[in-house]
Amino acid sequence: MRARTLLEKIWEGHVVSQEDDAPAILYVDLHLVHEVTSPQAFSGLRAKGLRVRRPERTKATMDHSVPTIARHKLSVIDSKGDAQLAELDANCKEFGVELWREGHARQGIVHVVGPELGLTHPGSTIVCGDSHTATHGAFGALAFGIGTTEVEHVLATQCLLQRKPKSLAIEVDGRLQDGVTAKDLILAIIAKIGVGGATGHVIEYRGEAIEALSMEERMTVCNMSIEAGARAGMTAPDEKTFAWLEGRPFAPKGAEWERALTRWKTCFSDEGAHFDAMMRIDASLLSPMITFGTTPGMGMPIDGRIPNPESLPDKSDRKALEKALAYMGFAADEAMLGKPVDVVFIGSCTNGRLSDLREAAGVFAGRRVAPGVQTLVVPGSRSVKLAAEAEGLDQIFLTAGAEWREPGCSMCLGMNGDNVPAGRLSVSTSNRNFEGRQGPGARTLLASPRTAAASAVTGVVTDARSLS
Amino acid sequence: MSCLTILQGTVCPLASDDVDTDQIIPARFLKATTKEAIGEGLFADWAQVPGFPTRDERFSGAPFLFVGRNFGCGSSREHAAWALAQNGFRVVIARSFADIFRQNCLKNGILPLPLSDGDHESLHAFLLADPIAQVCLDLPAATLTFGSFEAKFALEPFAKRCLVEGVDELGYILSRIALVQAWEVQFES
Ligand code: SF4
Repeated sequence: MRARTLLEKIWEGHVVSQEDDAPAILYVDLHLVHEVTSPQAFSGLRAKGLRVRRPERTKATMDHSVPTIARHKLSVIDSKGDAQLAELDANCKEFGVELWREGHARQGIVHVVGPELGLTHPGSTIVCGDSHTATHGAFGALAFGIGTTEVEHVLATQCLLQRKPKSLAIEVDGRLQDGVTAKDLILAIIAKIGVGGATGHVIEYRGEAIEALSMEERMTVCNMSIEAGARAGMTAPDEKTFAWLEGRPFAPKGAEWERALTRWKTCFSDEGAHFDAMMRIDASLLSPMITFGTTPGMGMPIDGRIPNPESLPDKSDRKALEKALAYMGFAADEAMLGKPVDVVFIGSCTNGRLSDLREAAGVFAGRRVAPGVQTLVVPGSRSVKLAAEAEGLDQIFLTAGAEWREPGCSMCLGMNGDNVPAGRLSVSTSNRNFEGRQGPGARTLLASPRTAAASAVTGVVTDARSLS
Repeated sequence: MSCLTILQGTVCPLASDDVDTDQIIPARFLKATTKEAIGEGLFADWAQVPGFPTRDERFSGAPFLFVGRNFGCGSSREHAAWALAQNGFRVVIARSFADIFRQNCLKNGILPLPLSDGDHESLHAFLLADPIAQVCLDLPAATLTFGSFEAKFALEPFAKRCLVEGVDELGYILSRIALVQAWEVQFES
């Protein structure tokens, strides 16, 4: 049989029909829903008199608009945000979709709860009205973000019209050095290929460094594929993947588990399979990364200097960098280390899992947040929160002077009132440093949980490796 | 969805590269549960700067938006396409588009029109010389004419048909739902 990529195997296994000159009808195994991108899709169904075709294949959670301050302590009620949450609740009741509401033991950021509950299966197709759906690709699934019209299509038919994306293999050789994390790896990849570098492609991350990553770290890498323009990112499942999934609430059980395992073990790119594009990167040469601009591609080693626009050969790159530096208030050739920081945010679907909080806690233990730095630690889900508290991580954060919040997207996009004030500089473990992403006028530096925590305790951009 | 075939009009020149959906419509406008009034959020932060093209009288009613490379990167929020449509834009001319945004445009009757670097530069120069000049789209022929210049662009046949004929994609899948049922019977057993 022809050697096929993992992408081709999943794609071919889910094409319901393919007519000439038309996109394929692609079957969707799992559809995840949240409050921001779904209301107009449910209204569309209602207006057309349609039902949700396979409600059991659809799961909903609340994440973007939920407050991260306990309800009884909230000083301001966000009536619009609450109306959106209430609408999701009503829609899920009306259409028979299982919903994990604010406060529910299974509630959290959609891309944290999917894997955590064992909903994310190797070889499956997963969509959500959210661009970071790529996170689920860490399990060897084809998982990608869609718009609200497509959310309606999937609700109504369990299918999508899709063209087969191209494949891009990113071979990551060697091993990450101590103190260099998965977040640094993906920031380095995006800095290298650019924010449009993988447009139209699904990335498969491969090689020694990827195999050495934990499942959580693979999720961090796949999560930010969209920041390189990719439709999706994936890594082939292995024993780590299977062990991680076994016993989770929605993982197959008993004989079904055995059957699933047999299937999942075929989820890899065959030897000699053809990729449309290839690139290599040596993990052992990487340092902790930080961004300095207003796209995730504007990143550099933390101990480096901000590039000079004049050194860039491409006119568009030059203009983009000039504009970004003007917004950030930085100058070419400056160092990032030592820049005073106002806010630190540790959380999001990129770095809001238990392992991320442990990394941050490792830095906070025995230290204190520098005066004047607002530091928010926001678990990615309720289950992450409970697990962190069971280990006493919350006490480490609180003792250090950080805030320990309820789960949600929070300051990743600042929809729920958790904002970086205008003009302030934040070190954030999230995935986007766009102008105003964390609040109008906010300035964002993307980094790993270790870098964020180290910067919180010193009050300036800090390489965690330099803390004694 | 109204059909798009021949369209003549002025061009709102934004020209920037890598414009992300957080700029097209900031997150605070995403709390709506309907599509109404989403248009008010279009470029809300940038539009506060005096003279910003979408607030410039000269371009009011322009059906074309002119931008740089990788337009619409970032979030999957379809609100970006709704906001453009509600402000009267039917065509976005760019060097390239982010994937999800491009799909969202097509689903809302907006043509994402990619130009080669050379044609993009020619159009830019043309607009700098005469900002209120008209351009003309012929979608069936896949051409954009400005002055004495005619640029060709690529669009896959199905997407073109959807725009030209106003094809309803959901209707397309629903009319083949028997195939979906058959697929489920085969693969879910
Ligand atoms: S944490 Fe941020 S990127 Fe992730 S789903 Fe929430 S808003 Fe989107």
